[in-house]
Amino acid sequence: MPTSWLVLIVLALAAVGYVLGRQRALSGAGGDNRKLHSLPSYYGSNVAMKVAVPALIALAAWLILQPLAVETTIRADLAEEAERSERPISLVMSDVRRVANGLDTAIERGVITRERAANMRTEFTDVRERLAEAGVALGSAVNSNVLEAAQRYRGFSAIGDIARTSFVLLLAVGGFLYALRESTPDFRARNTVETGVRYLLITAACIAILTTIGIILSLVFNTIEFFRVYPATEFFFSTTWSPSFGGGSELGILPLLWGTFYISLIALLVAVPIGLFAAVYLSEYASKKVRGVAKPAIEILAGIPTIVYGLFALLTVGPLLLSVFGDGGLGWMRAGTAVMTAGLVMGIMLIPFVSSLSDDIINAVPQSMRDGSYGLGATKSETIKQVILPAALPGIVGAILLAASRAIGETMIVVLGAGAAARISGNPFEAMTTVTAKIVSQLTGDADFQSPEALVAFALGMTLFVITLGLNVFALYIVRKYREQYE
Amino acid sequence: MSDAANPASPAASNNGARSIHTVDARTKKRNASEKRFKYYGIAAIATGVFFLVVLLGSILWNGVSAFQQTYLEVPVYLDPERLDRENPSSATTFTYNPLIAEAVWERAQELGFGDEFEDEGGMSPLISASAAAIIRDRVIANPDLIGETIDVRILAGSRVDGYLKGRVDRDSASRDRNIDVAHLELVDAMQENGSIRKVFNWDFITGTDASESRAEQAGIGVAMLGSFFMMLVVLGLSLPIGVATSIYLEEFAPKNKFTDLIEVNISNLAAVPSIVFGILGLAVFIQFMHLPQSAPLVGGLVLTLMTLPTIIISTRASLQSVPPSIRAAALGVGASKMQSVFHHVLPLALPGILTGTIIGLAQALGETAPLLLIGMVGYIATNYPDGIASGFLDPNSAMPAQIYEWAKRADPAYYERAWGGIIILLVFLFAMNAIAILLRRRFERRW
Repeated sequence: MPTSWLVLIVLALAAVGYVLGRQRALSGAGGDNRKLHSLPSYYGSNVAMKVAVPALIALAAWLILQPLAVETTIRADLAEEAERSERPISLVMSDVRRVANGLDTAIERGVITRERAANMRTEFTDVRERLAEAGVALGSAVNSNVLEAAQRYRGFSAIGDIARTSFVLLLAVGGFLYALRESTPDFRARNTVETGVRYLLITAACIAILTTIGIILSLVFNTIEFFRVYPATEFFFSTTWSPSFGGGSELGILPLLWGTFYISLIALLVAVPIGLFAAVYLSEYASKKVRGVAKPAIEILAGIPTIVYGLFALLTVGPLLLSVFGDGGLGWMRAGTAVMTAGLVMGIMLIPFVSSLSDDIINAVPQSMRDGSYGLGATKSETIKQVILPAALPGIVGAILLAASRAIGETMIVVLGAGAAARISGNPFEAMTTVTAKIVSQLTGDADFQSPEALVAFALGMTLFVITLGLNVFALYIVRKYREQYE
Repeated sequence: MSDAANPASPAASNNGARSIHTVDARTKKRNASEKRFKYYGIAAIATGVFFLVVLLGSILWNGVSAFQQTYLEVPVYLDPERLDRENPSSATTFTYNPLIAEAVWERAQELGFGDEFEDEGGMSPLISASAAAIIRDRVIANPDLIGETIDVRILAGSRVDGYLKGRVDRDSASRDRNIDVAHLELVDAMQENGSIRKVFNWDFITGTDASESRAEQAGIGVAMLGSFFMMLVVLGLSLPIGVATSIYLEEFAPKNKFTDLIEVNISNLAAVPSIVFGILGLAVFIQFMHLPQSAPLVGGLVLTLMTLPTIIISTRASLQSVPPSIRAAALGVGASKMQSVFHHVLPLALPGILTGTIIGLAQALGETAPLLLIGMVGYIATNYPDGIASGFLDPNSAMPAQIYEWAKRADPAYYERAWGGIIILLVFLFAMNAIAILLRRRFERRW
């Protein structure tokens, strides 16, 4: 039975349960709802909750776990085949999956019957040809081990599907009967339902933790896998980055880190002065009218998606810089994609980020400090330079660090604007590349996931995650500490 | 600053009778520096606004032309000797191509270009490779057309389109293998004659993506649907989960280590680079759970995890803005804690929650980097999904991913499409933000 049907049945059962539970409680009280412990709708909700929640949770867990269980079983038998064909077991496994899915499609299209699919032997049938008739293309001929494994895979999956359907239905019906039986007037339905809702709320809140765990696990496991096939010291200390999918790649992170920091530095050199002065002007000088226009206008820059900035870098800023600094002009630049292009555009993107954060921080400096300074005869700019900015300094440093972490994690601008060559050079008009750009290029190719060239992306991601997380934690610590000062 | 009362002051001793109306050098300096400082601020604002104007200007300047497309209008004779009336689908596009080329060549001869072009073979740069398929579909739908001469409007080739839009000129055409200067002369004549025209390009908005060599045919419609299905997933998951999380944290959570852990996680997730969410999606949803690659469902799941912190933060702010007196009043008339939250606090906070959700969705709609890793780029979205399930599960692209894909292609005709796609994307974003602002204006309550 398809999963969608199963979900619909469970939901229908829950709806019926709601009506029946409500009725049973009311009739138990002789139709007088003052004799009930809770409002009638709580009795209905109690039944609906006990039907749907356990059944759906079981269904979701089963859907995730069954393929894993089936695969581990099959995988154990495939070791021999992997050794014989000298291929990694994951490749053999994906062959098996492909054949199994192919057989499913072939049955669905009526090319072969169900029994035929289960009993097919490579000695008698050319499986590849039969599947091609059904429109399933296989890369190579299917050998008997793979076919057998695929048939077993299908067998296990079929058993699992039946078991899943019956288990979920059993759970739903069980919950239905149990909850209906307890729907008597004395039953504390409201408290039960509210406890249930409370657990649902807690579960939702835990998704944030699960996401973090998911990120860390997916990074850590694949990074460990990477360091198993590639030496960690080479990765961290080598100054060459030249991946080649044929093998023998050199994957040193240093040129990528250099590119990342260089581009971020230029971005900050653009964004920090402009953003900071804009924030000072808006909070200290601007009339209400000017503030009402200029602040939203600058904040529009923050709402523009990064792909737009990427295209702007690639097609507008790059050619513009090239016409000034390229061969036609000063001769420093060879192509439109360069550190300068990406840094400049990223700086534009960060202006509203710096300015709105600094604006908040400057506004948080108590008015009494300004008044004290004016009282001593200082001008506005002297007050700002000598009183407000020093008072707001920790917060502003925090804001700059947050902007830096944004710049380091930014992807689309550098993918489109910075070029693809990994090199360590001081010339800002040369193309360089960053950690994020290389994550994209290593994972969007057709490379096998187990090769070091693809796995390196996870190690890069791990590095990126650690750097940005560290910057953020540090920045938030500074900002929080500063805020407490004036509260 | 009372120099007069202080005889030791150098200013007073130098010129004994100094009026306070004449500004001394030091004050002048201070005033000048004050002015300078103010101008720095104005300059910073002006620079920011200037960048905004340049950015929006260059989007409009480069992108508006994508909304117009060049078409040829010629009568095509559907020769019954070459097309089979009984079985119209037997003729492939190879049969139709010469029919169209002949029709255009005839028009060229009428316009006096018979000498430059000896036969219909020279017409192919003018005609889009997709034209034959369009006419073929029309004939299959109505086989009675065979034997008649029909007036058709077919897509012109991408170089011709570029010529009418100023991307191609005689100079670049003379270096181009795909088109000659003579062709451009013919295009000029045909344009005067009315058989080549630029019209509004609906196919760009509703159409499918095309292969690398057919820039004139590419549209963003399918990618738009992909984005739409993704946004459905994001809305359907992140709104309930985000609201539930916020309610728990604001109203029920006890002050303990576990609550702190959740809070720290949420604030950290808000700052994790989006590409890391892409890695998560690739490793968990595709490698571990074997969900289909390039599917809007997976894209939606990844974007949900990414927008959750945004929605949680704004929902919590709007729950906080509901005054405690409301809760106290509800509890006072006998509501349970849960009832006070769900019957009283939540409805009052709803406008704020919706505003935050819309802004979160707008952010998710424009996000590209995580989509690159789960395979939504590189997939050429040439088919509309056939239904709701296929909309969620079949490979598709998304608007920002489609724009990126076009920006990477070598043909400059695709750059124009990419800019055009950005205009559509920004129109959606502005509309969503406008709705959010209107909602806030309309329903915002000051307590």
